[in-house]
Amino acid sequence: MSAIVEVRDLARDYSMGSGAVRALRGVSFDVAEGEWVAIVGPSGCGKSTLLNLLGAVDQPDAGSLTIAGERIDRMNDAAATAFRLRRIGFVFQRFYLMPALSAAENVELPMAEAKVAKEARRARVQELLGYVGLAARSEHRPSQLSGGEQQRVAIARALANRPALLLADEPTGELDAATGLEMIELFRRLNRDGTTIVVVTHDAQMAAAAGRRIQMRDGAIVTGEAS
Amino acid sequence: MPVRLAMLALFRHPARTLLALLGIAVSAALLLDMVMLASGMRENFKGFLMLRGYQLRVAPKGTLPFDSDATIDSATALVAAISKLQGVTAVSPVLGAQVQTIASRDSTVTAFTLGLFPDVQGDYEMMRGADLADSSSVLANDKWLAATGHVIGDTVMLAIGYDPQLQTVVGQRQFVVRGVARFHYIAPTQPTLGMLLPVLQGMGGSERRDRASLVMVKAVSDADAEAVRTRIAGVSPRISAISLEGATEAVEQRLGYFKQLALVLGSISLAVGVLLVTTLITIGVNERAGEIAVLRAIGVAKASIVWQVVMEGVVLTGAGAITGIGIGLVTAKWLERILSDFPGLPSTFRFFVFQPRDAGVALAMLAGAGMLAGIYPAWRAASMPIAVTLRREAVA
Repeated sequence: MSAIVEVRDLARDYSMGSGAVRALRGVSFDVAEGEWVAIVGPSGCGKSTLLNLLGAVDQPDAGSLTIAGERIDRMNDAAATAFRLRRIGFVFQRFYLMPALSAAENVELPMAEAKVAKEARRARVQELLGYVGLAARSEHRPSQLSGGEQQRVAIARALANRPALLLADEPTGELDAATGLEMIELFRRLNRDGTTIVVVTHDAQMAAAAGRRIQMRDGAIVTGEAS
Repeated sequence: MPVRLAMLALFRHPARTLLALLGIAVSAALLLDMVMLASGMRENFKGFLMLRGYQLRVAPKGTLPFDSDATIDSATALVAAISKLQGVTAVSPVLGAQVQTIASRDSTVTAFTLGLFPDVQGDYEMMRGADLADSSSVLANDKWLAATGHVIGDTVMLAIGYDPQLQTVVGQRQFVVRGVARFHYIAPTQPTLGMLLPVLQGMGGSERRDRASLVMVKAVSDADAEAVRTRIAGVSPRISAISLEGATEAVEQRLGYFKQLALVLGSISLAVGVLLVTTLITIGVNERAGEIAVLRAIGVAKASIVWQVVMEGVVLTGAGAITGIGIGLVTAKWLERILSDFPGLPSTFRFFVFQPRDAGVALAMLAGAGMLAGIYPAWRAASMPIAVTLRREAVA
């Protein structure tokens, strides 16, 4: 299978006080289309920094980063925003749904931004909420949904514009064990249906469910092993 | 979607939004009142002068009508000359004088008296009774009736130049009160009388013989007024012909401080509105930093974020402005009542005149202010570093 993500010698430093912290150094790996990769490691090892770079919300200081054939490390803000809208799906630990919008409106949001026609948007919302098992709760606001349900809506939102890559940052971090297992099942189904996933997690069960684990420490990859 | 998100963001804290809205409404009300005051006086003054359709006033050279005691001599000849000018349809000479009503040796009431011709006059409207008909007729306003205790039908002795010490007068005669009139250009608190021009001229002795304080001239149309004004100016070097525009400008110069006051207060109210909205929206943006960073992360463009935040300002300002127009109209009415008690003002004069254009100007200024108020928080929201903000939110 062809690589949808190509990371080469990626480095990212943060200035902190008078010095600089090397958050990432010399990181290289590929992710094949349809693969599910879990990035694991202790807190502060650079996992989230790597995810932010993969998601084009941050830029590396050195190295190259190609996703779906596009060099995102050289993109300006407008191009990176457009790239995120159409090619990347983001799932956050804290769901981050818009509290004033209903579940359906939250899912519709990226499509509205992408100027998808209203009818097509509505149909896709129903399809996605059905996929994550929340068709009956489309008009509920986030405050009326459980944590697991909110995360399902967040996943539906991430998939709205049919992204090439789904990025998830500790997607089970805010959920209880049982709901976490349901979430892992949902990710498994997503991957089986062809979605390429990169997930940053501390959850051993989530990491074990992934097709491959990339172990990080001190801003570098230690091992990359397949399940 | 940005407009809906803006509305929803405002409704998230209804009490805070309501308080801000009321603050803007007060600013908007003040702004509307100031716009009404600034332009209303001018418009009102024009309408005031045009009550009977006389576009031109002729006064002694270098003066405004009734600006001084100066009068125009040879008024009959002047009126005849002006009447013959091309484009002139009516000419109404008016003489003003202080006339005493002698009730007893120690009791006199001084009234400002207009001498005029009822068929061409533009100075009063009849309230009760009959109009001037002959040389013994006199019209009075309610203030004069109240001050003297007379009623319609009473015979009164009127005098000019009455000296109570010496018991002398320049001229006096008996009149019958025929009717009650409202004098447009004279304060209702001032006792006022009206009589035929030749009678008043005759009572005033040589000092007032064949004289007029001003001559009002009606042109065929407003468009012809300026040409007629030029022709009148050529009739005599002793007179000034003043057009509606000229009179309005002259009055505006004298009441310039009202306009300056309106400008300063209007600007302050606008600035307060802008600061209020900026502060509120900035607080809202800071509270929603995480949400905004997520919107950016999922691909919402900076322009959409800017538009959303600016719309918050516009929606808030718009709602406040609409509320403020209602408050402004009520306060204008209240202020009008206070200002109309100002001594010496004619009863028909209004300071605050509502014109849809004024409300439009106030609304447009507030909408601009709302957009301006949203720019800073919008810039802050759009320029948040996404990764750093998300990390900060996660830690928080």
